[in-house]
Amino acid sequence: MLRRAAPAAVAAPALFRRRTLADREDLLGRLMLAPALVYVIVLVGLPLVLAVLLSFSAAFAGSLEFRWIGLRNFATVIGDPQFRLALRNTTLFTLVSQALVIILAVTAAHVLDAAFVGRRVVRFLLLLPWAVPVSLAAMAWTWIFDSTFSVINWTLKVAGLLDGWFYWFGDPTLAMIAIITVHVWRMFPFATVIVLAGMSAVPPDIREAAVVDGASFWRRLFQVNLPLLLPIITVSVLFGVVFTSTDLGVVWLLTRGGPYNSTHVLATLAFQRGILGANLGQGAAIAVFLLPVLMIAAIGMLRVARRTEVGA
Amino acid sequence: MGYVEARGLHKHFGEVRAVDGVDLDVREGELLVLLGPSGCGKTTLMRMIAGLEQPTAGEIYIAGELVDEDVPPRARGIAMVFQSYALYPHKTAFQNIAFPLEALGKPPAEIKRAVDWGAGMFGIRHLLGRRPRQLSGGERQRVALARSVVREPRVFLFDEPLSNLDAQLRAVARFELKQFQRQIGTTTIYVTHDQIEAMGLGDRIAVMNKGRVRQIGTPQEVYANPADTFVATFLGSPPMNLVQRDPHRLIGFRPETFLPKGAFPADRPVETFRFRVREVEHLGSDRLVYGALEGGFTAEATVIADIPSTITVPIAEGEAYDFAVPRDHLRFFDAQSGLRLDGDAA
Repeated sequence: MLRRAAPAAVAAPALFRRRTLADREDLLGRLMLAPALVYVIVLVGLPLVLAVLLSFSAAFAGSLEFRWIGLRNFATVIGDPQFRLALRNTTLFTLVSQALVIILAVTAAHVLDAAFVGRRVVRFLLLLPWAVPVSLAAMAWTWIFDSTFSVINWTLKVAGLLDGWFYWFGDPTLAMIAIITVHVWRMFPFATVIVLAGMSAVPPDIREAAVVDGASFWRRLFQVNLPLLLPIITVSVLFGVVFTSTDLGVVWLLTRGGPYNSTHVLATLAFQRGILGANLGQGAAIAVFLLPVLMIAAIGMLRVARRTEVGA
Repeated sequence: MGYVEARGLHKHFGEVRAVDGVDLDVREGELLVLLGPSGCGKTTLMRMIAGLEQPTAGEIYIAGELVDEDVPPRARGIAMVFQSYALYPHKTAFQNIAFPLEALGKPPAEIKRAVDWGAGMFGIRHLLGRRPRQLSGGERQRVALARSVVREPRVFLFDEPLSNLDAQLRAVARFELKQFQRQIGTTTIYVTHDQIEAMGLGDRIAVMNKGRVRQIGTPQEVYANPADTFVATFLGSPPMNLVQRDPHRLIGFRPETFLPKGAFPADRPVETFRFRVREVEHLGSDRLVYGALEGGFTAEATVIADIPSTITVPIAEGEAYDFAVPRDHLRFFDAQSGLRLDGDAA
């Protein structure tokens, strides 16, 4: 018969007997969320509220006077052909670039989904544009589109494909093409990664079933893969639309709205009027003009995404 | 010559030999079950026949025609039912069943007729307007079966199609599946790890382990005359008892043939063993008796007796009894290779 040892002390050391902060999830949660919340309120929330307030005022830079003038700023800008052109440009740049981004991203995601040697390297290279600072990228692109040294022009010239000369930022159409190109270049890696993630969420069985069911590549793409990817593509487009339509950097760094103010978008126009032109009220009105439209677009797209969610 | 044939088939994933030299003949119209533990290569073998994987070496023939990497899945005349059913979640049941026909470019009227026929065969006509997520597991399985049948394939490939159903439904579905296969008479390869499914469904069973086919035969053959100790212990629940009396041979016998000596008529030739009982489990329809054999056995292996409730001899834990196995139910295996020694294996 084995002799049983006396029961060991099971009580916890005194140090851990009281409830500590780590045990209080309610308090801990609030504490850890606080920095993020402060950041959002101070740097995003307040400026947004301020911008909305300014858009209803006749505020000018250099003066602390705040005069409420209701919707007059909006009435003024809507009557302004310069504003209407900027609105048209914003819409055009956003729609065209997002359409191209979707096509490119779905294509690239399909390529990257296939197994081939060097896939990891290609995936890494693809993500680079997303990581490059926009000012650095803009320098590269201004060189690519330079009126004298444009590599595109010289390449085409040497290849014997170009007879005349493209003045990229001197011609409104060419300038728009250049801006859309940079937008696409910037957004498409991000969209590709999102679509890739979406593809890995589609059960492989379903894709294989379509293969065994005898569907051709295009039938599989349009009848099986794309419908299953629709929710995630919607999210990607939503991001793309918001980023592109509110982007200041690309246009400002490439053309500054030129030639002859033909490539202004709402963000650059707002900056020019509100900051450079000191008309804070009008600038704010231009800047927040798209806010309701974007909010409606966001709600609509999220609804679509939820409805088409893949049920197991 | 088989309707579906595999010749020297290999599939290696790096160092892993998923399929390691398989020769297989599936006869026209039969239902052949590929049975084995998970990772034995049965699914890989089926996927190669489907054309979803390319063999590392070897050849596959369907209806006498070589199907290699130049023959894509759609040209092989196969239909496959996946374990998950793989229904298109955004399509209705009707659209799911119609999909392979649309891929063939059939006219809408013909598609409608075929879908109606397929849905009728599985009793799901009233569900055609629903999407997969609005269907129960059993209903999804029927949609998947209907989708596979409307194309009138040369070969059906079933990858554990019943494993996602609950136990009760599975028994019914198994029966229906067999009825349906008999009725249309299409050559069928059925992958499962469930031996009850395999025994109940298969015209023949190919038992696989570690990428190889260990034995192929009717359910009765592989159960009664296993070709090696793997098949002997993989089939049957509880598995075949294996005991060792001399260094070269293993003796095998099924638990249900290992009964108290008094249960056999006096004139039946039996082999008698002294059986020390360790534990008795009462399962209602039978008793499972766990213990060990006494008297010159090299290994202290657990031996199980499966005694039907019709034999009411009292058996107490800790006691020893005379148990016996009819001579014609004893099987002998080589202790080293595990292969069957007495030569009447199928």
